[in-house]
Amino acid sequence: MQASLDQKYNFDIVKWFTVASVIYLVVGTLVGVLIASQLAWPVLNFDTAELSFGRLRPLHTNAVIFAFGGCALMATSFYSVQRTCGVRLWSDKLAWFVFIGWNLIIVSAVITLPLGLTSGKEYAELEWPIDIAIAVVWLAYGLNFIMTIATRKTSHIYVSNWFFLSMIIMITYLHVVNSLAIPVSAFKSYSVFSGVQDAMIQWWWGHNAVGFYLTAGFLGIMYYFVPKQAGRPIFSYRLSVIHFWALTFGYVWLGAHHLQYTALPDWTGSLGAAVSLAMIIPSWGGAVNGMMTLSGAWDKLRTDYVLRFLIVSLAFYAMSTFEGPVMSAKSVNALSHYTDWTIGHVHSGALGWVAMVAAGALYHLVMKLWNTEMFSAKLVNLHFWLATVGAVIYIIAMWVSGIMQGLMWRDYDEFGTLTYTFAESVAAMHPYYAMRAVGGLIYWLGGAVMLYNVIMTIRQASSATNTSPATAAA
Amino acid sequence: MADQIHSTKFQDKIERNIFVMFLVTALLLSVGGIVEIIPLFYLDETMEHNQHSEVLWQRKDGQPLSEWKAGDGVRPYTAMELAGREVYIREGCYLCHSQMIRPFRDEKERYGHYSLASESMYDHPFQWGSKRTGPDLARVGAKYSDDWHKRHLRAPRDVVPESVMPNYPWLEKNTLDVERMKTTMGVMRMMGVPYTDADIESASEVEGKNELQAVVDYLQVLGTMVKFDDTKDYR
Repeated sequence: MQASLDQKYNFDIVKWFTVASVIYLVVGTLVGVLIASQLAWPVLNFDTAELSFGRLRPLHTNAVIFAFGGCALMATSFYSVQRTCGVRLWSDKLAWFVFIGWNLIIVSAVITLPLGLTSGKEYAELEWPIDIAIAVVWLAYGLNFIMTIATRKTSHIYVSNWFFLSMIIMITYLHVVNSLAIPVSAFKSYSVFSGVQDAMIQWWWGHNAVGFYLTAGFLGIMYYFVPKQAGRPIFSYRLSVIHFWALTFGYVWLGAHHLQYTALPDWTGSLGAAVSLAMIIPSWGGAVNGMMTLSGAWDKLRTDYVLRFLIVSLAFYAMSTFEGPVMSAKSVNALSHYTDWTIGHVHSGALGWVAMVAAGALYHLVMKLWNTEMFSAKLVNLHFWLATVGAVIYIIAMWVSGIMQGLMWRDYDEFGTLTYTFAESVAAMHPYYAMRAVGGLIYWLGGAVMLYNVIMTIRQASSATNTSPATAAA
Repeated sequence: MADQIHSTKFQDKIERNIFVMFLVTALLLSVGGIVEIIPLFYLDETMEHNQHSEVLWQRKDGQPLSEWKAGDGVRPYTAMELAGREVYIREGCYLCHSQMIRPFRDEKERYGHYSLASESMYDHPFQWGSKRTGPDLARVGAKYSDDWHKRHLRAPRDVVPESVMPNYPWLEKNTLDVERMKTTMGVMRMMGVPYTDADIESASEVEGKNELQAVVDYLQVLGTMVKFDDTKDYR
């Protein structure tokens, strides 16, 4: 059975993306732990340019979003598109081009970002030659994905593929427009946009990198892997239709809510906030759709640790998609903007939703691709608890520090003067920055446990397939 | 089974044809961005200098950048300031320092007058930031001495014990490159920053200077360009 599946589908490419993704999870979160520690103990910058916070922070965000997240998306989308369409990938060569190209881009990011080669736009720091490479590789990925669907054996396109498609198109728009720049040298360029227009374009990119890369893409994962792991069909087809179209149309508008009360015109920010509020409905519809897929089979959560990852990720998804619209409301944003609350919000999405649903899907993939059980189910459970506890500690630390910052900055004493200097607010953050680093470290440990478990599973599986024909011959 | 329609005819057609799905999705995805971004390029109200011309430096023909004085209005950065800005971007300062003051009482008292869109009109890319691990810098110019800034950049905790900012000992070791600044100013002009030929020639001022001085020059001009009138509502 497995042998015939291996021949029918291109599983090799999925295997490579799967392993790469787990490695990048460990590396990317490790850089995160380092920069979190630098904010608590600045001596850890080591007075070295290449290790200073301002240069490593883009490395952390790029590594977790584009290296870990990207490889997870490509592994899961290349796998599920083949399974749901009943055909092999349209082009094996193009798929390998994407794998090699994407990883070369990651390597070049690891080299250039610590050297300070940056365009200075958040989450889009990579310089222009790398940006061009990203566009080429991304289009190759998209073409292969779309053409695989075009050659499918099934009558309808399965819902997970809609979400991946939406991500592919939107990321192309965003990346191309936001990266428009004129070079001054081989590795330095300046954005063609300036000031307020540049700000709006940046946050149109910034929020939709979250909205499409880290949400639509990972919802594609959810719509395939939750039903598969639970062994039940998705709860509601109608809900997924609403979820998809509302998200596709609505999410694009949200970027403006990052610029409330700034020099961006009021109408733009208010429009962004209004649509943000409306987005609670499709987001929760999607979360309910995923969770209720388990209805009648909730007992599986007791024994199936992989399913735990998938379901808890949906709980985090529901929580952060509620928190987001709340933070986009002007009165809340006045307090939360510029504070650690934003960082906490991002990480409840990233650690709780994105990385958990990816971990669940990657465990599922490892078992399917190598046709085996995990080396240790207990370690999967250990990873689950480390990830959950680490994420919760991280988020709580940032909630407390963020709200505290916001309140300290605007506090007045009985004489009508500002109560605190800025430096006092920095000092007050120290315990929470330390707590955040500890939460991050626990989360990282979970990733390390996963990497060990995956390596051992693959070793076990490949030695089993290598020895069994020999044993049969003897 | 495959012929049965579970939703509407249109939805069914989309689900059966990837190219139809591609087109409908691509169309829907483009709307939000078009509505929110394009008007910012042509609506006059977006930029304050369209209503309040004094926000912009009214430069006379042939007048060099050096004749500008604080409060004269928004002007392009000098070569030194632009070099400092490049370092500011390179070191990722924008990840911890915002340059965007919001119209709140506490921000006015802590940082100064709220920021205008026109004040960052020559900022390619914008440096508004999104996080205040350190304080806002939109109006840090002229608040501290050059000497304070240099000590602070070399070792922040020498002057602010609570600070968590990294030390930047390498800035004074790196010297600036005249040709690089000329190219940069040329690129800025290509993108609409009104540099004259003489401005670009004046990039020779960076000769022999180091990055530390450049960053200080950049910080010292931040927020000093416009002279504000508290009786006016700029937005």
